[in-house]
Amino acid sequence: MSSSAAIEVSNLGKVYDSVEAVKNLSLTVQHGEIFGLLGPNGAGKSTTLRILITTLNPTTGTATILGHDVVKEADTVRRLIGYVAQERAIDRFLTGREHLLLFAELYHIPKQEALSRIASLLKLVNLEDDADRVAKGYSGGMKRKLDIACGLLPHPKILFLDEPTLGLDVQSRLNIWEHIRQLQQQGITIVITTNYLDEADQLCDRIAIIDRGEIRAMGSPKDLKASLGGDGVWLTLSDATPEILNQLTTALQGLPFVRAIRPRENGLDIRVDGPEKALPSIMETTNTIAGCRLDGIEYHRPRLDDVFVAHTGRSLKDEPPASTET
Amino acid sequence: MNEQIQEVLALTNRWVKRLSREKFSMLFTLAQPMIFWLIFFGNLFQKAADIQVLQAPNYMSFLAAGVVVMTVLNNGLAGGIDLLFDKENGFLERLMSTPIKRSSVILSRFLFVMAITGMQILVILAVAFLFGVIPETGLLGITVILLIGMLFGVGLTAISMAMAFTVKSHGDFFSVLGFLSLPMIFLSSALVPLAAMPGWMQALAFFNPMTWVIDAVRPLIIAGWSQALPQVGMALVVLIAFDALCLYGGAKAFKRSVG
Ligand SMILES: Nc1ncnc2c1ncn2[C@@H]1O[C@H](COP(=O)(O)OP(=O)(O)OP(=O)(O)O)[C@@H](O)[C@H]1O
Ligand SMILES: [Mg+2]
Repeated sequence: MSSSAAIEVSNLGKVYDSVEAVKNLSLTVQHGEIFGLLGPNGAGKSTTLRILITTLNPTTGTATILGHDVVKEADTVRRLIGYVAQERAIDRFLTGREHLLLFAELYHIPKQEALSRIASLLKLVNLEDDADRVAKGYSGGMKRKLDIACGLLPHPKILFLDEPTLGLDVQSRLNIWEHIRQLQQQGITIVITTNYLDEADQLCDRIAIIDRGEIRAMGSPKDLKASLGGDGVWLTLSDATPEILNQLTTALQGLPFVRAIRPRENGLDIRVDGPEKALPSIMETTNTIAGCRLDGIEYHRPRLDDVFVAHTGRSLKDEPPASTET
Repeated sequence: MNEQIQEVLALTNRWVKRLSREKFSMLFTLAQPMIFWLIFFGNLFQKAADIQVLQAPNYMSFLAAGVVVMTVLNNGLAGGIDLLFDKENGFLERLMSTPIKRSSVILSRFLFVMAITGMQILVILAVAFLFGVIPETGLLGITVILLIGMLFGVGLTAISMAMAFTVKSHGDFFSVLGFLSLPMIFLSSALVPLAAMPGWMQALAFFNPMTWVIDAVRPLIIAGWSQALPQVGMALVVLIAFDALCLYGGAKAFKRSVG
């Protein structure tokens, strides 16, 4: 158990009856980072999280939270973590405040302390006005916010959020991201799962791309994108003869910021380090070659989806929208 | 230990709140359908019933014990339903991710179901009282009835919770429930004394713990201590074995489900 890691997972595996939901999964989450598990439906994200929050035993492998084994020291682990489930784990017949009071008792938080935490959490998630309504009448977003408040109540060292913004409107989503960043500032380590690319991209310090129970790539969104070989400049020529393309390729290869050049239909895909110098120089170079007329130029910054495609062979966006949630 | 008491009370409080907010279900829980059994069947079969066979002053007083135990049966077998829903909507997992003692959820459920069952037994005895059924063994007898009822209820609730943790869907749960409860009632001495049954039914009823429980409750209501005591003793033996079996099975199902 290395001292710097908040979470250490090694060779984790989980088999349900016949489904191998998680395969040989290893990862390390550092203190204070926001770590994302990104993957399509059924990738094994929730299963991994359930093992980490001690409600599911792994079939193989081990995981530790702040040095404590999730199976052997489950009780200790439960005192260190907060959890927000993917399903809205809400009792329709209780009010928002009653949910928080219930969890305060289950965590044995002293009464006065509990009341003050509850007041400030209700404020944080903007549920003060609805705190005394029965949750049956809450909207999906309100339930989600209540769920998050419940997860924060025990002042966890590590917070697990399973698809925290699933089904929220844009504004609520941004608010929740903002909360999550604030929590990070307070020193809380955060693990979230998501199948939104932009969420992983903008919120997470590091992500693991997980597909069919396996990690396909891991790193900061920036590094993962950079590993694709830089930004793409797509040239389309009006008269793309092999001859002209050859000349152009040779000329471009000499430029310092060009990383790679690949042919594409009627033109070239040039991988470059950054747009500032690359674009003007590429234009200039095309002008120096006789008969080479530009029809179009497109600048293409790699997105996380490209990373996803590169590592899994399919696009996360092509997945049909989540119809069943597990 | 103190901590666990706090957990169990907090969780029990939740069940009470839920019940008080489900107005419809509260009505049906407190103004129990079983009371209608007592009133309607009690009066309906009065003429048809043979007092000699019943060995009771009237059918209502005979039926009271059956209705009391049927109430225990229904409450007990339904005792796991809320946990089933908690399991299905993820609330149970949410609870299990907190550092509570694993048994607190179960204990809160026992506490709640037993409290409700106890109250209902008292309501039924009160209704029977209004129709002139006065328990021969008095208040002490009523206390014994409550005790026996709860002992039976514990085992039944354990069965129900074990089912809740084991079944794949709540459809399965309700099918098994329906499959269990009617034979338990008809193959017991709830509605007619064993003596009035055909031989094969008698044989089956003999192995039904319901029969033993009813045969202990009934003399407490219509006969008196001297007849009741040996029956109560037998019932206690049967119930201790029954509860031990059910709790063992329940604990296993629970361990498998939540670790
Ligand atoms: N209780 C279960 N019993 C059997 N199979 C299960 C169970 N829970 C999950 N699975 C299977 O395990 C696999 C991974 O499921 P998991 O819920 O971890 O996916 P996920 O990445 O969280 O997906 P989503 O984005 O839809 O939430 C799926 O194939 C799923 O069908
Ligand atoms: Mg999931």
